[in-house]
Amino acid sequence: MLKDITLGQYYPVKSPVHNLDPRIKIILTIAFIVAVFLGTSLWAFIPVAAYIILAAVLAHLPLKLLLKGIKPLRIILIFTFLLNLFFNAGETVLLEVWKIRITLEGLLTAIRFSMRLVFLVSGASLLTLTTPPVVLTDGMERLLSPLRKIGFPAHELAMMMSIALRFIPVLLEEADKIMKAQMARGADFESGNLIQRAKSMVPLLVPLFVSAFRRAGDLAMAMEARCYHGGEGRTRLRVLKLTMNDLYACLITAALIVIVVLI
Amino acid sequence: MPIRIEHMSHVYQPGSPFEADALEDIDLTINDGDLLALIGHTGSGKSTLAQHLNGLLTPTSGRVLVDGEDINAKGADRRALRQRVGLLFQYAEYQLFEETVYKDIAFGPKNQGLTGDELDARVREAFAKVHLPPDTLEKSPFELSGGQMRRVALAGVVAMQPRVLVMDEPIAGLDPKGRDELTDVIRELHDSGVTIVLISHNMDDVARIATRVAVLDKGRLAMLGTPREIFARGEELESMGLDVPQTVQLCHRLRAGGMEVPDCLTNEELAEAICTALEGGAADA
Ligand SMILES: Nc1ncnc2c1ncn2[C@@H]1O[C@H](COP(=O)(O)OP(=O)(O)OP(=O)(O)O)[C@@H](O)[C@H]1O
Ligand SMILES: [Mg+2]
Repeated sequence: MLKDITLGQYYPVKSPVHNLDPRIKIILTIAFIVAVFLGTSLWAFIPVAAYIILAAVLAHLPLKLLLKGIKPLRIILIFTFLLNLFFNAGETVLLEVWKIRITLEGLLTAIRFSMRLVFLVSGASLLTLTTPPVVLTDGMERLLSPLRKIGFPAHELAMMMSIALRFIPVLLEEADKIMKAQMARGADFESGNLIQRAKSMVPLLVPLFVSAFRRAGDLAMAMEARCYHGGEGRTRLRVLKLTMNDLYACLITAALIVIVVLI
Repeated sequence: MPIRIEHMSHVYQPGSPFEADALEDIDLTINDGDLLALIGHTGSGKSTLAQHLNGLLTPTSGRVLVDGEDINAKGADRRALRQRVGLLFQYAEYQLFEETVYKDIAFGPKNQGLTGDELDARVREAFAKVHLPPDTLEKSPFELSGGQMRRVALAGVVAMQPRVLVMDEPIAGLDPKGRDELTDVIRELHDSGVTIVLISHNMDDVARIATRVAVLDKGRLAMLGTPREIFARGEELESMGLDVPQTVQLCHRLRAGGMEVPDCLTNEELAEAICTALEGGAADA
């Protein structure tokens, strides 16, 4: 039940998209997000949608999975849509009931903003679904490493992120286990009012925190025992090399930006 | 209160790339008074099976009947079920959360609605059953050693007075003394009339205390029988990555060396058999 979180979950299949260089994938995702925001006309969303679908197909991802990533956003989506719909001072009135006025401009803006949100999230999900967290942070570290010269802790940051990402599923699984163990002792996590429910979380949270701290301590010890001393002078396990596929991906994305700007 | 498992299968995360067939077509009855040992290689599905016995997991297909009632039927009372079928999780020491051992043991019975003297009696009775030093009761569970914490967790389940107690590797990772003590605790519980399902990797303990043994292999029920029947099939067990108890291993070696002894499960039995086999075997060993 706790495992239905798409964002940040890797979908392990082999595909040309999975094999792209993580640096390129990060840059392309940013470029894609820029493209989503560059479009002014609604028509611009057609190439954007086509791009996402193409990427998902090439990555052998079921579209269902991308949609699942959007599902938790539905409240925000509806809210954004309604807000733009009702509070937009446009000229062309479509409908007027009492004090509420729906204008064509409002409707268009509402659609645009919601679409942007949807594509933003699907773009980000696409990145995390096709890139293992460790590779992702590796790419991020490499992209940020020029900033080291001005004292930016690129390696440390990437290390912390990959450790955090690495432990999310572990902690979720742990939470699931503790929850079941307490349910076996008659705990009830589902019924009751808000205060009762918050209280019923104590038997779950205390062991979870204890175990998180224990794990953190163990991990620090294990890293030190293997002589971890920060990024200085560390060699890499994965040596990244650009391939033709990376070039094609860049070209397709560049084409998308051009099309969106032209529309 | 027999538990009947009918053609039960379980698939984890069906329809996703993480899909895993954990159990396939399990058919098994746990009778009153059984001390059923569930053995199997790592990943064979023991813990998964254990969680079906009190409805924490729902079978993908098949049924689990407790006392003749399908526990996953609509409207079945899961909470009442969990009080009749207790489950001690693997690494149960990590489920403790209260300020004192006393309060932690009281968590289960409290959820059953007990209060006052009745609750107090339950807690003390359960605490006495796991043989911990008396001053432990008012300590914080986080001050205890791992083995002691596990016993507190066991007391927490025992305090609910389940008719069937399922224990997932309760003795794994304990020192020999802790292991023997906990094995005794389990035996005492069994003698007091609780039906026990014991998951264990330790064949010596299984041989010593189990009345029946079920062997899981890759999610299937591979063998079912008395310890003697099961451990007589040493080669099959080995092919599933399992062992036979040390006493049985010794009997094999003795036979290979030319001494005629049957397979023995306990030390006493073994000593006797060796004596008989030796010429003019005196009975005292
Ligand atoms: N939450 C889960 N999601 C997906 N697969 C799982 C999950 N839990 C267990 N599995 C898989 O189901 C199978 C059986 O697991 P289970 O925990 O029942 O094994 P086990 O016999 O208890 O092993 P062990 O002796 O290591 O405790 C394993 O292959 C495991 O990978
Ligand atoms: Mg297990």
